[in-house]
Amino acid sequence: MSTDTLFHRITDYAHRADPYPLYAELRENGVARQEDGSYLVGTYHEIAALLHDPRISSDVRHLTDPGDALLRVGDLPPSFIGLDDPEHDRQRRIVMRPFGPPHSPGRIDALHGDITRIARELIDAFRGKDRIDLVDDFAYPLPVTVICGLLGVPREDVPHVRAWTNAVIAGLDFTPGTDPQRRRRAAGEARTAMAHYLEELAGSRRGHPSGDLLSALVNDAGPEGQLTTPELMTNAVLLLIAGHETTVNLITNGMLTFLRHPDVLARLRDEPELMPSAVEELLRYEPPVQLLPQRTPLTDVEVGGITVPRGAPLVLVLAAGNRDPLRFADPDRFDPARQDNQHFGFGSGIHNCFGAPLARIEARIALTELLRHLDTPRLVEDPPPYRRSPVLRGPRHLLVDRVGGG
Amino acid sequence: MAGEGWGGHSGRIVIVGASLAGLRAAETLRAEGFGGSLTVVGDEPHPPYDRPPLSKQVLLGRVRAADAGLPRRHAVDARWKLGVRASGLDPVEKRVLLADGEHLPFDRLLIATGTRARPWPQSDEARLDGVLTLRTLDDAARLAERLDAGPRRVLVIGAGFTGSEIASACRERGLAVTVAERGPAPLVGALGGTLGAFAAKLQRAHGVDLRCGVTVTALRGSGGRLTGADLSDGTRIDADIAVVALGAVRNTEWLAGSGLAAGPRGVACDAGCRAFNMYGIVTDDVFVAGDVARFPHPLFEYQMLSLEHWGNAVAQAEVAAHNMVSPGPRRRPHLTVPAFWSSQFGLNIKSVGVPTFSDQVVIAQGSLKEGRLVAVYGYRGRVTAAVSVNRAKWLEHYRTLIESAAPFPPPAGAADRPESPVPVPSDVPDPKVLSHGPTVALTGHLPDRRLAVVVRQSG
Repeated sequence: MSTDTLFHRITDYAHRADPYPLYAELRENGVARQEDGSYLVGTYHEIAALLHDPRISSDVRHLTDPGDALLRVGDLPPSFIGLDDPEHDRQRRIVMRPFGPPHSPGRIDALHGDITRIARELIDAFRGKDRIDLVDDFAYPLPVTVICGLLGVPREDVPHVRAWTNAVIAGLDFTPGTDPQRRRRAAGEARTAMAHYLEELAGSRRGHPSGDLLSALVNDAGPEGQLTTPELMTNAVLLLIAGHETTVNLITNGMLTFLRHPDVLARLRDEPELMPSAVEELLRYEPPVQLLPQRTPLTDVEVGGITVPRGAPLVLVLAAGNRDPLRFADPDRFDPARQDNQHFGFGSGIHNCFGAPLARIEARIALTELLRHLDTPRLVEDPPPYRRSPVLRGPRHLLVDRVGGG
Repeated sequence: MAGEGWGGHSGRIVIVGASLAGLRAAETLRAEGFGGSLTVVGDEPHPPYDRPPLSKQVLLGRVRAADAGLPRRHAVDARWKLGVRASGLDPVEKRVLLADGEHLPFDRLLIATGTRARPWPQSDEARLDGVLTLRTLDDAARLAERLDAGPRRVLVIGAGFTGSEIASACRERGLAVTVAERGPAPLVGALGGTLGAFAAKLQRAHGVDLRCGVTVTALRGSGGRLTGADLSDGTRIDADIAVVALGAVRNTEWLAGSGLAAGPRGVACDAGCRAFNMYGIVTDDVFVAGDVARFPHPLFEYQMLSLEHWGNAVAQAEVAAHNMVSPGPRRRPHLTVPAFWSSQFGLNIKSVGVPTFSDQVVIAQGSLKEGRLVAVYGYRGRVTAAVSVNRAKWLEHYRTLIESAAPFPPPAGAADRPESPVPVPSDVPDPKVLSHGPTVALTGHLPDRRLAVVVRQSG
């Protein structure tokens, strides 16, 4: 039985295209202890309770048995996503200063024009092609270009960024039967290499600010000062990876969902003002981050009638919570106009997605432009081939034929 | 119980009060399919606007008062009678009397008349140029203009939330400001002793000349203009502007003679927002929502609560509107946990539950020293409220503890508070000793004070 626990089946690549029946089973089970001592939570209200509980740690160093989770991290301290308050709060606020409110309220909105231009350039390049890969031709290059521009990473370095990112993401693959140690060590190495690269880049901006986030982080300081060098390295890696990786999946999952629901696609063409609400529904229906794999209680915590012991691995399956019928009416239906849609697409609580405002406008613009300029797209294969990660889930390719398109 | 003739979705509805609660109720009525005639009466000439910015961004000059209009979620098909005060209610003939002489007949009525600023009690002093209150959009525009003119000193009378936010805006503008409060500390009436002391320190650190334990005994003027004030400790303040921030008065005078349980503490209603009459009998055609309502809350021993909170106005208006067009079994109770926020002196303060309904308080996360914290309040061993300072994202957790009457103190083990915190008395003063009125008031179990008299006489 040990090879067939629910968590193993969820992470098994065979179920990547459609994990939702397994999530339904998970919700049925309530808070479920796995044979390896970890706890799996897939019901909305229990996930919400844990995401807001100050006794739940995001720091893998609090796991009773961190095992090879630490390998994934590499030689550096965790970024703020892997820290608890007050350290998390301090670092996140320092990084937020040049990114969003209250100190930089207009920063993300100001990117609207750039993002639209990049999206249109990518779409222009489709002309004359009968078949496109929405991942490689559009959903990947768009957010990576945007985040590199925002951070200050030169465009010519994007191939390195992609290689490092892939290795880091591979470290989040829990697929049974493979050798996680090797992948996690590789992830740690990639993370370290990326951190040194970004440190060097940031160093070159010291005293020579060029308007990007790295420049701001090394040149400006609020009342709490600047990040230390290791903090800068580790958080820059976080921003760069999280700043595009999940958006690729959001855009791709979005087009896939629209193509599977032609009525929705037609409606969004007629009512483009519905797109912000449709993006929220995508974040609920096909969230780019399916689960949070590395929380742990700092003390025994009761949830859903079960006591989760201190230090036990706690896996919050956000995508299962997003389809909990106790929270969402008709949860398996994609409703672009859904009201009262407080999904976990960006998590919730203090670790609520830092880049959510950026992801939202990228997805809205990307999907709006695709619908506007792609006439009669047709899905070549359904389901498409998926990427390996069960955490950051999305198609590896999404081939679309443009029948009779211009 | 609802007959076909009424059906909930036809007939005449009148809403008295055209602010947040009135607007949200009107929107909800239409969204729920009410197809009859809808009239909204407001005594101010302005369409509904948002009040929280008036003591913050507007005073800082970042937003013009005129731009504080409330966004409409949907266009509301209603007749708006603005700039006209309701002067009476005839519950037998079922009509609202307006100051302009018009009579508005109704099948169902929503009372959402809210509150107004408590004026300075000495009317001759209140008339001095430079003596202001802050409640309405016009008030805010006037005060912002006065602050623009660069007064030498502003005196704020009352250190509740409004008074403290005004003081904060003055300091942010670099203006000298004196705050006079009868109670022992700012915000103490809402948040108790621990956070009151914290707020006092905060204000002084930001350069506020804070005077606690004093009252303003007289406002002085010369040639009709304010020149300063005398304090009860014998000191004198020179000031060009005095902002009277003594809390709010509920707009219920127009209901005198209506037979409703309406008085200075508000209009009593049941959990479904139906008004009580003065005998404690619930009506079925008159509903109440927003600041003017007193409603029983199961989490606070079913005492009648009066809340001056933005979120309560929205939630209660939605429940009232729903119940106005729904038959009995489909009606909903108004049960949301009270919540409010304030921003002042660079801090974000947020509250859930009722901090004054407490005997103890504990700093469960962060610390007073950091200026980032969550204070949790308990009453007889259960959690009844939590207040965060720059830590609002945690409040959801405590809301759940309040809703489930979880034991107080809450279990230790928060990442940002590893050692076991020690509860201390919450030191909530009797509202009578404060300058500022409380924004949350627990007003006992009875819908009407007169009823208590009746009971005593018959017993």
